[in-house]
Amino acid sequence: MNAGSAIDPAMDMKPLLSIRHICKNYGDTTALDDVSLTIARGEFFALLGPSGCGKTTLMRCIAGFETPDAGQLVLDGCDLAGMPPYRRPVNMMFQSYALFPHLNVYENVAFGLRRKGLAKDVIEARVSELLRLTQLIPYGARRINELSGGQRQRVALARALAPGPTLLLLDEPLGALDRKLREETQFHLKQIQRETGTSFMIVTHDQDEALALADRVAVMRAGRIEQIASPNDIYDRPASRFVAGFVGDTNFIDGVVHHQSAAHLVTDFGAITLSDCQLADGAGATLSIRPEDILARHEGAGIAGVVEDFVFRGDNTLLRVRVSDAMTLRVATWDSRFAVGERVVLQFPAETPALFAESA
Amino acid sequence: MKEAPRLTRGQLLVLLAPYLWIGAFLLAPLLLILKISLSQSVLARPPYRPLFELADGIAGLWSKAQTLTLDAYRTLFTDSLYLDAYISSLTIAAIATLVTLLVAYPFALAMARAPANWRPFLIGLAAAPFWTSFLIRVYAWIALLKDEGLINKALIALGMIDTPIEMFATRFAVIVGIVYSYLPFMLLPIYAALERQDPTLREASADLGASPFETFLRVTLPLSREGVIAGVLLVFIPAVGEFVIPDLLGGSDTLMIGRTLWNDFFANHDWPTASAAAVVLLALLIAPLVALERLRYDPKKDGS
Repeated sequence: MNAGSAIDPAMDMKPLLSIRHICKNYGDTTALDDVSLTIARGEFFALLGPSGCGKTTLMRCIAGFETPDAGQLVLDGCDLAGMPPYRRPVNMMFQSYALFPHLNVYENVAFGLRRKGLAKDVIEARVSELLRLTQLIPYGARRINELSGGQRQRVALARALAPGPTLLLLDEPLGALDRKLREETQFHLKQIQRETGTSFMIVTHDQDEALALADRVAVMRAGRIEQIASPNDIYDRPASRFVAGFVGDTNFIDGVVHHQSAAHLVTDFGAITLSDCQLADGAGATLSIRPEDILARHEGAGIAGVVEDFVFRGDNTLLRVRVSDAMTLRVATWDSRFAVGERVVLQFPAETPALFAESA
Repeated sequence: MKEAPRLTRGQLLVLLAPYLWIGAFLLAPLLLILKISLSQSVLARPPYRPLFELADGIAGLWSKAQTLTLDAYRTLFTDSLYLDAYISSLTIAAIATLVTLLVAYPFALAMARAPANWRPFLIGLAAAPFWTSFLIRVYAWIALLKDEGLINKALIALGMIDTPIEMFATRFAVIVGIVYSYLPFMLLPIYAALERQDPTLREASADLGASPFETFLRVTLPLSREGVIAGVLLVFIPAVGEFVIPDLLGGSDTLMIGRTLWNDFFANHDWPTASAAAVVLLALLIAPLVALERLRYDPKKDGS
């Protein structure tokens, strides 16, 4: 399949899926609170958030297993309201895989095709294609309980892709795999997504997974969307303190904004120059700075601190530097020549996009 | 392959107890029946020739053994009464089992899909008939089914029929009795199998385009096979040898092997023929048991 043909620029203007003001409550609990987003054709989209943030509920609303209390879902120009799951042109890969234990691998993959009443040779060709795509050709006759976790995961993927959905929903697709297999599978998933040109929507609580796989990420918290952006922007320009803390490792530095020739954040260990500040003079604020964005040097100008301890992490070393009685900063450095108790100087980056007002 | 674990002495004792029980109270009487079935009928008490008498000693055993005969079995196959009774028993039991299955399955499905906090109550209701004597419950059906019974009276009162429908003392009544009495034995294993099923499998089926009916046919039903097999065995096997229900609800045309056996033992005092009939019945029942057992998952394939 040609990935280029799937992304037609003219069609790209119209989103594949529009989620408009979806709300869902379970008794007193709000699962989804006015969620809106769009997914483009051929896009790899990730819904990222801690457990209970509503990401799985949103996915189940799209698949048709839950009915939103309010709002609208439009897929390919067609309102999904009242459409039962078995009529929706979306398929889902379940977190537990939900493979049919009474059928072998081949029949699991063929299940959706048989329901469409396709001709036998068409089904055979399509199943073979998917078994090849998921590297399962030798396992067609196996029963599900004879497969390893990784193989089951691939059967689940092949089965969900078989009917040729316009949108594939993946619920924590890598959650049950061990770390090494997970990375391998991430590449494999991306490759399959490119090859088939299908839009993928993945639900995950694993930030690495979301950042590694998706073209765009929506970070959710307590039923609301905090930010929708590319992985780079999510990481570098988090829209809220929550996003900054949830995605990646960071330092939160509290202080007061002070405008004086340039904007500064005045903290108990010194002033940090701010590149861009919309906040008023004297406002309380929190700055998020990634450990790798702080430069630790043995000498020179900057904020002074003492190395409290360090952890060697292979590609870099993570220092904990005490800058005041109340504050230690985490600093990632490639320089491994720091010793505990050593006085160091910290330099902050010129760009400080992750500044949040106190209430945020 | 894992090596079979060795049994500790405690495990051995625990395992031994039920086997001793079965040996003493099932296998031994069964052998006795087998022996009687090979004996000659005599006018005595007991009404068959014994195999072993203390006075004869071991030497007498051989001469007595030579008196053993297959006469009783010959009777079974020459007297059409027995052949008819077998066929009739198997037919009635098969129809009754099928009807029980058709009644119990939707019932079990509804129970398994009911809210989780309702289920214990529903199981309690399904088992409630056991609180009354089986005999009384079957007897109650006479009052319902007979010509001047409740059902006929109601139908006449409603003007749907003029003359009572003849239900009591028919094959129909026996089947109704069996379905009614054995329903819980079908219901509970099917319920157990359905309740165990992972509901996400149904979601997956719907997601892949299967309508609710197709999901039932392709996922729910095949995955409940174990429960259906267990239920069918639990109903069919006792139904074939059923005595009380055909005796109370049946008529002259509902000849079942249980009644024939009873007559031979207690009315005709022909113990060898009755025993032979019992042995053949046992053989007939082992056949479907083995057949259905083969339909189950191969344990080597079905590891989980």
